Amino acid sequence: MTGTTLPADLTRATAAGLAQALAAREVSAVEVAQAHLDRIAAVDGTRDADGVATGKAVHAFLHVCAENALADAKAVDDARAAGQTLPVLAGVPIAVKDVMATRGLPTTCGSRILQGWVPPYDATVVANIRAARMVVLGKTNMDEFAMGSSTEHSAYGPTRNPWDLDRIPGGSGGGSAASLAAFETPLATGTDTGGSIRQPASVTGTVGVKPTYGAVSRYGLVALASSLDQAGPCARTVLDTALLHQVMAGHDPMDSTSLTGEYPDVVAAARAGATGSLDGVTVGVVRELSGDGYQAGVLRRFEESLAVLTEAGAKVVEVSCPSFAVALAAYYLILPSEASSNLAKFDAMRYGLRVEPGGVAAPTAEQVMGATRAAGFGDEVKRRIILGTYALSSGYYDAYYGSAQKVRTLIQRDFAAAFGQADVLVSPTSPTTAFPLGDKLENPLAMYLQDVATIPANLAGVPGMSLPSGLADEDGLPVGLQILAPAGADDRLYRVGGALEAILTARWGGSVLDRVPDLSAALATAANGATR
Amino acid sequence: MSAISREEVSHLAMLARIDLQPDELDRLAAQLDVILDAVATVTQVAGEDVPATSHPMPLTNVTRPDEPRPCLTQEEALSGAPAAEAGRFRVPRILEED
Repeated sequence: MTGTTLPADLTRATAAGLAQALAAREVSAVEVAQAHLDRIAAVDGTRDADGVATGKAVHAFLHVCAENALADAKAVDDARAAGQTLPVLAGVPIAVKDVMATRGLPTTCGSRILQGWVPPYDATVVANIRAARMVVLGKTNMDEFAMGSSTEHSAYGPTRNPWDLDRIPGGSGGGSAASLAAFETPLATGTDTGGSIRQPASVTGTVGVKPTYGAVSRYGLVALASSLDQAGPCARTVLDTALLHQVMAGHDPMDSTSLTGEYPDVVAAARAGATGSLDGVTVGVVRELSGDGYQAGVLRRFEESLAVLTEAGAKVVEVSCPSFAVALAAYYLILPSEASSNLAKFDAMRYGLRVEPGGVAAPTAEQVMGATRAAGFGDEVKRRIILGTYALSSGYYDAYYGSAQKVRTLIQRDFAAAFGQADVLVSPTSPTTAFPLGDKLENPLAMYLQDVATIPANLAGVPGMSLPSGLADEDGLPVGLQILAPAGADDRLYRVGGALEAILTARWGGSVLDRVPDLSAALATAANGATR
Repeated sequence: MSAISREEVSHLAMLARIDLQPDELDRLAAQLDVILDAVATVTQVAGEDVPATSHPMPLTNVTRPDEPRPCLTQEEALSGAPAAEAGRFRVPRILEED
């Protein structure tokens, strides 16, 4: 193998580049881990004793495990020095979304009710990451129980978008997306119930994939809506995303909804896509997922991407999915219903917070539950639990939950018809670029609209990718393109995404993330402001 | 669908075991009204003939052999408990005093 060329600043390297250099022992895993830990120390900011973000910084991490990371990295270096052949991503750093149980590391899911909880076991996806000998840097911030599109619903304060520290990084996986855009890690994990991987990728200029439902085990993930939840990879390039996808996915007997059978080779698909040719591929443009409600700059980048796809040899056709118009409405009945049931487990008895109600001498278990859940859950979680309880209550069940499940059938039929005409479907990932922090906090419906284009995939279980399509002219912020494929055909996302990325980066002369503002300057300004 | 009242929210909160404060009840009633109004469109699109879908993938039940295998130790299982005693979860009383 010829020598690889890593950038002088190791945090600017791709996971693929690091993997190659590590295998060739041109760089040590300890050096790589240390470079990323230093970067985290420089840009992520600090938290108070209660875990709440202080001052203006990225705040992508809820917990950084520097000692463990360096020990894991050293073990990888020692194994390589002893001549062992290790998995492809051995020694490459990764950030883990705090929705995933990590043995020995705090797991809060962005909630007070789990503050201080240290799981006695690893989620299967975390076990897979450890088996791949990757180096876990820490746990990333998220909207509480993955409910939100901005991370503002985290009990520990929001994560800030590295493109503009006064804007949201998307949600619920804003911590993972921001950690990538801020070069704190080359890889991160996410979960996507309605867009929580794809929308943050879109607004931070990064790449994220929601695999086919069941492709990544849900064992050890704090459940939000079990029929919609799907974990997936987050990275800065399509190939890096594929490399992590390969590690995360696979059948797991611990998850009864885990897919059996063949999993497509997504890494090979990403490499094939990178040649830039899409001859013989038909791309369907979903009529219902653009137009009114989409920012002008978002639509302009979308049109441009369609031209690039055509240039690459793809045939672009228009498809119609009329029931997508009610996908959001169905989602906001199905999700709260499932969530209200899943979150019943937080009962103050076996783990997590326990709060005794005031003014009661010897409270009952029921009174303790009520007081604990009132103190431990934030506004958005309470809102959705109450909504779900309502939708499932007798007298309303058929009208709401029952109707929503019928809509789900219609959406699956629309997808089936569309995939009869096209190999993949495309749309903008999110209707807007990153909005200012606080902008939609008082208006839950406006927040929910962020996921209007991503939700149909979850309702039908099909895989989806978001990757950068450029910067919006009006605000200079990243815009994401969404690619959707039929269930089980995750490789098509990587083939098409890989081609688009290759052509766009050649045209731009580099990645979108080369244009992220210098964070150290922004942080110095923030610090000066604070001392004045 | 009719608007959701403050009393209804209070009842739902009781069912969900969340002691909501009076100001939370007011705020939630107003917000849920708006949300329910928006999601009510689902009731108008699908006819009687459309079957319900509860899950994205066709599923069959999965079982494993009923054999002993390694699991958490008692200490690990209790490691996150708010209160434990004599190797068990310690919980508040479950019955009202009569």
